[in-house]
Amino acid sequence: MNILEIEHLTKMFAGGVTAVNDVSFGLAEGEFVTLLGPSGCGKTTMLRMIAGFESPDRGRILLGGRDVTDDPPHRRQVNTVFQDYALFPHMNVTQNVGYGLRIAGVPRSEIATRVRESLAMVDLLDKATATPAQLSGGQRQRVALARAIIRQPKVLLLDEPLSALDVKLREAMQVELKHLHQKLGITFILVTHDQKEALVMSDRVIVVDRGRIVQSGTPAELYEHPESPYVADFIGTSNLIRATFVGNEDGHHVTAFGGKQIRAKRGIRSFEPGGGILLAIRPEKVLLAKLANATTWNHFSGTVVETLFQGNILRLKLALGGGESFVIDLPLQSPRDRIEAPDVGTEVELAVDPANVIVFASDGRP
Amino acid sequence: MRLATRRRFAWLAVLSPPLIWTLLFMIVPYTIMFAYSFFRKEGFSFIPDLQFGNYAALLLDPQYSQVLLRTLKIATMVSLAALILAYPLAYFLAFKVRWARLRLFLYMAVIVPLWVSYLLRAYTWKTILGSEGVLNSFLVWSGILSEPTHLFLYNQFAMVLTLTYIFIPFMVMPIYTALEKIPRSLIEVSGDLGVGPSHTFFRVTLPLSVPGILAGFTFTFCLAFGDFIAPALVGGPTGTMVANVVQSQFGVSFNWPLGGAISIVMLAIVLTIISISDRFERAGRLDLG
Repeated sequence: MNILEIEHLTKMFAGGVTAVNDVSFGLAEGEFVTLLGPSGCGKTTMLRMIAGFESPDRGRILLGGRDVTDDPPHRRQVNTVFQDYALFPHMNVTQNVGYGLRIAGVPRSEIATRVRESLAMVDLLDKATATPAQLSGGQRQRVALARAIIRQPKVLLLDEPLSALDVKLREAMQVELKHLHQKLGITFILVTHDQKEALVMSDRVIVVDRGRIVQSGTPAELYEHPESPYVADFIGTSNLIRATFVGNEDGHHVTAFGGKQIRAKRGIRSFEPGGGILLAIRPEKVLLAKLANATTWNHFSGTVVETLFQGNILRLKLALGGGESFVIDLPLQSPRDRIEAPDVGTEVELAVDPANVIVFASDGRP
Repeated sequence: MRLATRRRFAWLAVLSPPLIWTLLFMIVPYTIMFAYSFFRKEGFSFIPDLQFGNYAALLLDPQYSQVLLRTLKIATMVSLAALILAYPLAYFLAFKVRWARLRLFLYMAVIVPLWVSYLLRAYTWKTILGSEGVLNSFLVWSGILSEPTHLFLYNQFAMVLTLTYIFIPFMVMPIYTALEKIPRSLIEVSGDLGVGPSHTFFRVTLPLSVPGILAGFTFTFCLAFGDFIAPALVGGPTGTMVANVVQSQFGVSFNWPLGGAISIVMLAIVLTIISISDRFERAGRLDLG
């Protein structure tokens, strides 16, 4: 049985804006799920409804099989880590972490033990008597985490918890949060707009757009099998190219753009011959033709417009025959790879495996 | 001219009007008053001297010490009454009124009386509480009283009522500001941690609004402490406050040295209150960021 079940959740805001539109999903116990979407897509509102800070206009929330839709926040066995950490400024770290237990009347000695355990979990025992004002951003984050896990919630909600941290610290905290999740075995729901964060941390990602779930799956599934150009573009980078559908041949979709034929193995449904379609191709799946030896691959060409050195890769911005812009990422495995990379203005032959070309209907449907 | 020198001149140019103002209208008068408080009164003239007779009279003559104590008592009651009334109002405005324009409107409704003549506001209560007043007329009309009573006006109750009414905006404003500044996520996280609304109020909201309470209390106390119009209008014989005594010493009683001594004591009391509240405020100042 799922620990958390969301059924047809809908939330309207003043002015007729539908923030969350008929959303349903379930969470297995111990899962790490990310709600991923651009800002204003309704993901935070979903989280706030699960926590109990907003009440849905329609739909139900079941926690451990019990309907908690109308329960106030303090009656729900979920805890939240707020974006701004929301530490009580008039209490020190120990008082912050033990706050809920203290008011629930838990014996002092037990509170002390559990606060220590909780602080040990986030590696912050040495700051037990510091006030929030004396802590750095990363340390405040840890206090907020320790405080949220001390009551052993059924579900831990994390509202963009890492967005206020700088890049290095954020990456370190991503890994640490993942480890914490493994240690605790609690179900985590993370809300973020950072797709990299979502891919790194989650067991499952739910992509949200304009109050609806667009696609849900493991990070690899979303990356490899996007069901819409939106997901293909939002998760990682994709080249989206308008093309024409020609027909089916040997289990391949045959498409055409700029006078070239491109064969694609993937594409969920069949298309009208002569109809407009969208091709999605990931930059790192395209190779320079001279390096590709498979004859079954698609070959096409483009002119280098700009080269962007990114350390681990070299990104080439190209213009294809019909003027479409296209990017490819070249791996830099030896110093020669960079030196021998094509210069701006040269025309390069490109190759891509049909298995790495995805066909979408031009209206965005798969 | 060097930049540093020019900067210094600019500073002086900006600061000198307020400095001159403070010097002329605050420091000089208080110095004169302070000097007078050590003078002697002989007949109708004041003899320069350095003696503490005026201060002694103030402490030993019950006529004056009683008024001083009464003033302290009334100022405290006014501040408490204002706090009890203002806090729920400020809380309601800050947390319960969700519609921003309604909040602004209600807030303005609290502030607007400050723009009405002070005398008029004090006088209003005279027309309400007087024997010919609104309250009496209503009670007689409804049959609760057979004839108008004099109990409402010219006593300490009337004074506390009037002063509370007049100074309550000074309590509402700082408390509202303090409550407004509390991040809503702190209230939410308290609920999230399993704490119900009433505990949340006493453990989070109230402690974090203490600076506002202190500021409001200080304002109200000091303003009520130095008031002399409300006592004159609604106070009656038992409602004389220390400021009325000062007024009469500089007027009909014609005893500037004693008036000066009382003024200096009042100033000392007010400054003490301000510094105490400032110390508390400093101790409790928190980083809400």
